[in-house]
Amino acid sequence: MKVAIVGIGIHKFGRTPGVSGRAQGAAAARSALADAGVEWRDMQFAFGGSYAAGDADSLVSDLGLTGLQFINVANGCATGGSALISSCSAIASGRYDLGIAIGFDKHESGAFNMDPSTLGIGPWYGETGLMLTTQFFAMKIQRYMHLHGITEKTLAAVAAKAYANGAMNPNAWRHEGHDAAAVAAARMISHPLTQYMFCSPGEGAVALVLCRADKARQYTSTPVYIAGAELRSRRFGSFEVFNPWLSPESAPGPTVEAARATFEAAGIGPSDLDVAQIQDTESGAEIMHMAETGLCVDGEQEKLILTGATAIGGEMPINTDGGCLANGEPIGASGLRQVYENVLQLRGDAGPRQVPGKPKTGFTHVYGAPGISACTVVSR
Amino acid sequence: MTQMVREVGAENTRFVDDTLLVSESERALRGARCPECATTTFPVQVGCPRCGAQGMETAALPTRGALWSFTVQNFQPKNPYRPDGDFEPYGVGYVDLGEVIVETRLVENRPDRLAIGQAVQLQFVRAFVDEDGTEVLTFAFGEENR
Repeated sequence: MKVAIVGIGIHKFGRTPGVSGRAQGAAAARSALADAGVEWRDMQFAFGGSYAAGDADSLVSDLGLTGLQFINVANGCATGGSALISSCSAIASGRYDLGIAIGFDKHESGAFNMDPSTLGIGPWYGETGLMLTTQFFAMKIQRYMHLHGITEKTLAAVAAKAYANGAMNPNAWRHEGHDAAAVAAARMISHPLTQYMFCSPGEGAVALVLCRADKARQYTSTPVYIAGAELRSRRFGSFEVFNPWLSPESAPGPTVEAARATFEAAGIGPSDLDVAQIQDTESGAEIMHMAETGLCVDGEQEKLILTGATAIGGEMPINTDGGCLANGEPIGASGLRQVYENVLQLRGDAGPRQVPGKPKTGFTHVYGAPGISACTVVSR
Repeated sequence: MTQMVREVGAENTRFVDDTLLVSESERALRGARCPECATTTFPVQVGCPRCGAQGMETAALPTRGALWSFTVQNFQPKNPYRPDGDFEPYGVGYVDLGEVIVETRLVENRPDRLAIGQAVQLQFVRAFVDEDGTEVLTFAFGEENR
């Protein structure tokens, strides 16, 4: 049973003082329902997730106590992707015809602070200042630059592209449009990454109404189909966030396997894509994830990025809505935002940031602690 | 600049977590080695993450290695980080000890003095001070003494 996306809804990302994460989630859900021309009571199931803004299933008290199957999803930065994959499985199994995936969050400002005991690590790891996602990303890109000849110029160019795209996205957080020089000159956070090369924890919500593909035309004239959606966790030897040690026996990260499985399921390859949204929690992540997802080979990124191949209008537009860098990262919503953007692009509704040439196929990728990745391919 | 190197076991000091060291007299990091596949972990753990065998054996890790990657932490982290007076940026890296690559504080905090492949050795620095004045030390790798 194939699955279609027939309704999409978003609550603006960034900071919305006085509006709870739950309220943002409910707003996104209502807007997705309206987009599909359905009511909350029509939903047979929901999968939802939030990291810091309450249990997703508590939204029923706002949206309606209809008795539906509502399952909370918690999978770190891959929460949104996990809600979507669970929804796809629910429909593909034949049990359900119509349901919704919802993700929302509201984080306080500043880097995430986590308790090492949640990952089975002693208090010393946090007390001595090693429990920071920012350090992991900095050390991963530092080594990657060393091995594959990527320079700091490319780190700045990735962020400048994100802010340029974000400036064209009314739902994005950052509209300032910092150029590469401003990005490079910003305060150093975790060498070699400056403040403008990192995304920030933020707020926002996204909801997607999904149905059996053969019923999609009942709800919309512009259905977008899920051709593949796969999640993988880490294997022994991969380099992941919050690892007090690594094995010298190295293995590719979960992104490599999740992307490969998704392309296999979709029956296409990376060269068939028209647009891609990949996890860019910082500039280096976009660069490394380009190769891990198979969009290019290691070391090719510098040329692709500096020549504009990944800009809107380039051969392989990446993070057309500004990505995490311009939208911030409300953990529960982030993965669904990427799919939302691909649906807009495939419908031709992306306004000033519309990818030219009527894109038909889009790709999304998220990565989360402590080593999970979820990818999708959508097509029309 | 480099952080002042300290001695484990000095008066009015404690090590941040004694299970991380072989002993106060043998100042090496305490890892665990799998009797089946020789996978080495840090800190110690009971089961082998590679082959699943139980009964990992304690191992003294090499005290010299090569810098595998690095960064410098330029802002004061939130709780559970324990600040040590006015914040000074500190180096963080992974050091390749041969059988295992260990994440560690670095003695050096200037990125232009750090390079992948640099030879480093195990040292100790002050991480923070307990309320009773006890200095709490942690492990940090720095350039070899000449």
